[in-house]
Amino acid sequence: MAHAQQQSFWSRYVFSTDHKIIGLQYLFTGMFMGLVGSFLAYVFRMQLAFPGEPVPLFGVVTPLHYNALVTNHGAIMIFWVAMPILIAGLGNYLIPLMIGCDDMVFPRLNRLSYQIFFLSTVVILVSLFVPGGGFGGAWTAYPPLSASAQYNHTPWGAPLWLIAVALEFVAFLLGGINFVTTVMNARAPGMGPMQIPIFVWMVVIASIVFMASVGPLVAGAIMLLFDQLLGTHFYDPKAGGDPILWQHLFWFFGHPEVYVVLLPALGIVAEVITVFSRKKLFAYKTILYTAFATGIISFFVWAHHQFVAGIDPRMAHLFTITTLIISVPIAEMTFAFIATLYGGSIELRTPMLWALAFIAEFLVGGVTGIFLGANATDIYLHDSYFVVAHFHYTFFPIAIIAGFAALTYWFPKMFGRHMNETLGKIHFWGTIIPFNFIFLPLFVLGAAGEHRRIYSYEHFSQLFTPGLQNLRVLATVALVVMLLFQFVFLYNFIRSLFAGEKAEENPWKANTLEWLAPSPPPHGNFAEMPTVYRGPYEYSVPGRPLDYWPQHLPN
Amino acid sequence: MSASHASEFPVPLASRRSATGIPTGRLALWWVLASEIVIFGGLLASYIMFRLHHPHWADEASHTNIWAGGFNTFVLLTSSLFAVLGHQAAEQGDGAKAARFLRLTVVGGLVFLGVKAVEWRGEISHGFTIYRDLFWTFYYTATGLHGLHVLVGMIVLWLVAGDAARGRNLHRVELIGIYWHFVDAVWIFLFPLFYIAR
Repeated sequence: MAHAQQQSFWSRYVFSTDHKIIGLQYLFTGMFMGLVGSFLAYVFRMQLAFPGEPVPLFGVVTPLHYNALVTNHGAIMIFWVAMPILIAGLGNYLIPLMIGCDDMVFPRLNRLSYQIFFLSTVVILVSLFVPGGGFGGAWTAYPPLSASAQYNHTPWGAPLWLIAVALEFVAFLLGGINFVTTVMNARAPGMGPMQIPIFVWMVVIASIVFMASVGPLVAGAIMLLFDQLLGTHFYDPKAGGDPILWQHLFWFFGHPEVYVVLLPALGIVAEVITVFSRKKLFAYKTILYTAFATGIISFFVWAHHQFVAGIDPRMAHLFTITTLIISVPIAEMTFAFIATLYGGSIELRTPMLWALAFIAEFLVGGVTGIFLGANATDIYLHDSYFVVAHFHYTFFPIAIIAGFAALTYWFPKMFGRHMNETLGKIHFWGTIIPFNFIFLPLFVLGAAGEHRRIYSYEHFSQLFTPGLQNLRVLATVALVVMLLFQFVFLYNFIRSLFAGEKAEENPWKANTLEWLAPSPPPHGNFAEMPTVYRGPYEYSVPGRPLDYWPQHLPN
Repeated sequence: MSASHASEFPVPLASRRSATGIPTGRLALWWVLASEIVIFGGLLASYIMFRLHHPHWADEASHTNIWAGGFNTFVLLTSSLFAVLGHQAAEQGDGAKAARFLRLTVVGGLVFLGVKAVEWRGEISHGFTIYRDLFWTFYYTATGLHGLHVLVGMIVLWLVAGDAARGRNLHRVELIGIYWHFVDAVWIFLFPLFYIAR
């Protein structure tokens, strides 16, 4: 008997082909890796603020530790937190529900995708503990440092890191093909292209951009793995190779990747702000077309990462122009969101706070990006803490703020219970305020010329600048405060799973199809498969008694 | 779906819908090929950029075996013809005939890999190893990656043929055929770039 129960647990939660279980597997793995990535950040920030002193829960940080911590913090936060939570987790959970069908079109492929992703997670975690330690050549893995153990001192860490990233790519390629095919073919009757919720569109566009940009890096990763393991010379200048080739292949993927995670985050924000301002999403088509434009332009901006790598200055000018151009569609989308809020009856529930914070904080990231996209200013700011502050003002809103907006918004649907609103708000302010105190000082440090890859400034008297040490300490203290506030979230999350107030089907009075299904949705999602009669954002339509008009209701 | 295949895995409604009118399997296959195109595209674009900056690669390229490459081109194209004939048979519902043609396609793949093995062996024994020059590194990487795709294609062809012989999943005959044409098309790029161009 016990055996039969055990089997049903395994087939139900571990080897399930149900898109919701797979989505939650991705989501929980991503959240766990978020804790790992945060811990790494905590350790190296402590080292920067209090150089040489033992860090509580870690010990003394050696230079090799430091490099491995920074590298794996970056890689984990992007590939094992932002990607699985925003795209694979939420995409898997929500796409079939939002387009009104029972599952993905390839459920077993979907399971395989998670299994490969899980394997990649194991490999990256193991790579931190192998002889020589984890890879320390930055998440960008530039050769020759990454190509030869003679330079990076991590004969095991470097190849394992690369294999983990490659496995992760395979998982997301399989997942992306599944997403795109599902949305193309499995939509509910009546759901035309312009009735698809923006979040679903964003995941589809992101999946296509990922698919089209990652290929050259897959080829590049094979070449780098050959350099590491066979001793070939693809990236070795003394044998006819070229390290800049890797930079091109990496950033041809790496910059579109920013938009791969940004677009789903914008999709989340679009869903949340319409529901909590009870107003139709302003300019649905404009948002959609600007997302297409962003996806396309993102393929023509990559070399702005290489202004100091010795590329042709004429090429640098071209990439400056394309980089500045890509801020136009993103700005347009932001304006559309603000126009949606304008005149709405705004309800400041926790998800809405996160969505509004996304717009405000991402704006800082976008505006500071202009300085880095322009080659003249980038040459000064390159590889300084200004860059670190800039991309944290983009990635933190994307992965963390939008992630929390989504978790708090869809929690009642996923688990059939509400999260505690007061704890949610405490967690929100306890995250947002320290976040700004971490990264605003880094802008100042970077503008003062502080280089971003220094293990201990005490080793370089000309870089130490004692006057700036207070800012380093401020950033670290703010980080610790922010991390402590995450326990409020964890407590709230776990407590609400079991003891939260019961949620009905449609607690937010939203229009999209996932709110038609029971909370949590059973296997197969809908008691009766829905038909779609209108777009997803018909709020406060004049002449209707209710201020929302779900997609599945006949006229 | 034939009753014999209604085994333990229930096919969801999602897999049976077709909002675009294109069968889901074919649609997904095109996306697979799109992602494959950018993988080979990245590798070949890197090769071409290097080639333009290394005039001496023309001398290295003259040591590749153009006759073996030419013969292999013929073999692959012929095997693609068998894949087409297999598809035609599957369209007519003749699973056994489709399976025979698919197995002939597998034989084509085997001959291709056999010739490739003899070719590599000759080159390596004459000192043209992966380490000799970056040209040869690219040569072995690109043809090796392509060979891997041939191998995977052969395995899947064999499985689809086994199904087709029992009259199951005949729509997959077309899909694996499309994949095989893609493998063929990649070779059509590799052959001139690595063997012919001087």
